[in-house]
Amino acid sequence: MAFLSVRGLVVGIGRLTPLDGISFEIGKGEIVGVVGESGSGKSLTAMSVMGLLPLIGGKVKAGAMTFDGIDLLTLPPAGYRALRGKRMALISQNPMTSLDPIIRIGAQIDQMSRLHLGFEAEAAKARSIDLMEQLRIPDAATIYGSYPHQLSGGMKQRIVIAMALAADPDLIIADEPTTALDVTIQAQIIQIMVELVRERGLSLMLVTHDMGVVAQACDRVVVLYAGRVAESNGAGGIFEAPSHPYTRELVRCIPREGQPPGSLKGIPGAVPSVMDYPSGCRFHPRCPEAMPICEASVPALERKTTGLAACHLETVHAHV
Amino acid sequence: MVSAATLRNILLTPRGGLSALVLATVIAAAVFAPFVAPYAYDIQSLRNANLDPSWSNWMGTDEFGRDLFSRIIYGARTSLTVAITAISISVAVGMSLGAAAGYFGGAFDKAVTAVVDLTWSFPEILIALMLIAIIGPGLNSTMIAIAIAYLAQFTRLTRAQIMSLKNETYVEATANLGAGHAHIIFRHLLPNALTPVIVAGMLATGDAIILEATLGFFGLGAQPPTPSWGAMMSSGTAQIFIAPWIIIFPGLAIAVTVIAINLFGDAVIEALDIRNRLRDV
Amino acid sequence: MLVFLIKRLVLLIPVFVVVSVIIFMIIHLVPGDPIDNIVQIGSSPEQKAELVAKYGLDRPLLVQYAIWFGKTLGGDLGEAIILRQPVSALIAQNLPHSLILGSLALAFSTIVGIAAGALAAIFKDSWIDRTVMTVILLGSTVPSFWLGLLMILLFAVQLGWFPVSGARTWSALALPVLTIGLGGVALVARVTRVAMMDIARRDFVMMLHAKGVPGWRIQLQHVLRHAMLPVVTILSLRIGWILGGAVTIEYVFARPGLGSLLITSLNQRDYPVVQGCLLMLAIAVMLGTLLGDLVQAAMDPRVRERST
Repeated sequence: MAFLSVRGLVVGIGRLTPLDGISFEIGKGEIVGVVGESGSGKSLTAMSVMGLLPLIGGKVKAGAMTFDGIDLLTLPPAGYRALRGKRMALISQNPMTSLDPIIRIGAQIDQMSRLHLGFEAEAAKARSIDLMEQLRIPDAATIYGSYPHQLSGGMKQRIVIAMALAADPDLIIADEPTTALDVTIQAQIIQIMVELVRERGLSLMLVTHDMGVVAQACDRVVVLYAGRVAESNGAGGIFEAPSHPYTRELVRCIPREGQPPGSLKGIPGAVPSVMDYPSGCRFHPRCPEAMPICEASVPALERKTTGLAACHLETVHAHV
Repeated sequence: MVSAATLRNILLTPRGGLSALVLATVIAAAVFAPFVAPYAYDIQSLRNANLDPSWSNWMGTDEFGRDLFSRIIYGARTSLTVAITAISISVAVGMSLGAAAGYFGGAFDKAVTAVVDLTWSFPEILIALMLIAIIGPGLNSTMIAIAIAYLAQFTRLTRAQIMSLKNETYVEATANLGAGHAHIIFRHLLPNALTPVIVAGMLATGDAIILEATLGFFGLGAQPPTPSWGAMMSSGTAQIFIAPWIIIFPGLAIAVTVIAINLFGDAVIEALDIRNRLRDV
Repeated sequence: MLVFLIKRLVLLIPVFVVVSVIIFMIIHLVPGDPIDNIVQIGSSPEQKAELVAKYGLDRPLLVQYAIWFGKTLGGDLGEAIILRQPVSALIAQNLPHSLILGSLALAFSTIVGIAAGALAAIFKDSWIDRTVMTVILLGSTVPSFWLGLLMILLFAVQLGWFPVSGARTWSALALPVLTIGLGGVALVARVTRVAMMDIARRDFVMMLHAKGVPGWRIQLQHVLRHAMLPVVTILSLRIGWILGGAVTIEYVFARPGLGSLLITSLNQRDYPVVQGCLLMLAIAVMLGTLLGDLVQAAMDPRVRERST
């Protein structure tokens, strides 16, 4: 069984069903990108795995989730809490607001090793400063004693990454870790993070809407659209031979070097709202290759010539 | 400002409907006091002093034999008139000051803000006592003292609303079209700032009723024989051992009225979804 | 921190001057000759002339103010007209009673208010929350002097548990503190509750859950600690409001104190005493506000930096 396995996950918030059958796996030491436009359910998937749904009033309605053989859905709250931070750590979307503004940086990193590894104050401090240095934070000892509002966004995100690594987790879930940062810093931070993850042989679930980041870092890719998996494949397959028209559109939209400015294209149309998802394949209103069947029936996620995809195209062509 | 549909929504909630009913009753009692009250408020009869509540005197009588129920109904007149007049003055002046300060900014704004901040940290009761020290006791003084004591609140609130609205595009657009200051303030800014200020004013009316009663209780507000809820309790303290109802019923009248005002205000705030705009002020 | 303290003290100076001008003006704004407002009843013309000379009442208003302000700073607040004592002596007798009552009421409001508000926020929508919400509603709508009278009726007259009035014993403090406290508890509990529910929704709290910090530690060590910031802000703004409650309640319980003294003197038009009491109360409010600012700065590094 894969290290992290999510099967047919359905999540409800109130009367809405923002996640409607998400399946993917992450192997030990593997970096898997979870991509899609805003509103596709990427962050919610990350929260589901971390067991944080109750915080936003969400509930798992169906499906299965296991982590290193542990059934996450039947795990009691105390058991889940013991996993969080210790075995699976979160790197959140917005470093600006993820740190407690009135507690010193150092104490916030120390909290992890003290809580999960039983470190005393001195040992925790040494470990935190060591981690900060590994993240190439200049003058770590000074930063250790400062408050979040005294640091830049990039520096704060490094702190959040240090925090995630502090208790030696096996799985890291990075939820759009660089969207709030300057473009120049983004690549740098992703690079450091991926390096540290690879060095330690950790598994990483990298949630992002940036295909460039995926290309830079990921082994495999899961493409989400409107609360469902559109396609799932190795990074090579995704970029070289995408099966789903949505993936093709995403790949087509990657900015390339030497492109004349202004020629950058987005995917026409907008992501549907969770309030009224289209029938059948939820991508059909925007799909350049939509057929009558796409509106009528939901395509299953199944093996295509290159990878897994939920699309009627190949199936229909195969029958012709 | 409040559409008929919103009003219906407010009245249909248990909280909003019940508090509105209580308020309507109190206001009606105050307006139609001569028709509602079984006796005149000033008929003394020492033979009937300190009578227990009974069928002929629902709430008993006071130390002069006056019917307490009738006095409470007339007292509603005094309390509501003073509180509503005082708060109306306060809202009108506060809105003008706040709007002018927020709109024009500069030295005028600095001066207004400084005065508002100065009075802000002082409790209303202390400001009112200070003013009464200067202008002397009485109902008119009470009214002025309450109006000034709450001035800071409305100035601050209006100023904050104006400041946040001023930069919004539609105001800028109007200014670019050559509209005058008065036009912008009265046609565009104030109407939008009005709702939160009116709601705050309504809630402050409840506080003003308490402040009026407190001053009356100190003997600094309404003077005898004018019936006032606070003053009635003041004379009642001497009878606390033999006729506790003289204290219980006027206080109950205040509590019920103020609770109703607060609950109704809450219902309005929720229906209009303006809790955030009233915050931090 | 010292710089912060000095800055705040400097900011209070103009406030103090303005307040002192208003209080000084009382005897001039009241109808009648100022001298009649400060001279003891039945004084001889010589005594009157002496007072006129002492306060420079025949000189320009600004000079009069300077003289009065100088004497006030020196602790000379004049003579009470009715009570026929130096005002400073009257204040010295009454101030300790008000200080004890005010600080106990403040401590009670803060401690009980924070506890009640925190419990209500943590157990949102439970019976605890509903009970606290009811107390909040009653505490902010029931007139405190009426509550005091009801307490006297119930606990002192009916049950005989506490003395009806006076200040001779410690138990005489229980009812007044409780009475002022209910309003204060309502204020503090409301702010604590709203702030905690607000903060519990912030990103960093979600991050703390993601870090695996136990729920109760998140609530107590992080959320409550943050909620204390708005609570202290409100307390520092409204500290005078709780002290103001003491003014009313002293009178109800017939306790000695600045409040009782002020109300009695206002009714007797004993203006020198009124001036002295108002000045002391104003100073108390200002120092209370300053205390609140200091606590706030000690708790939040951002506040310290903003003002230095």
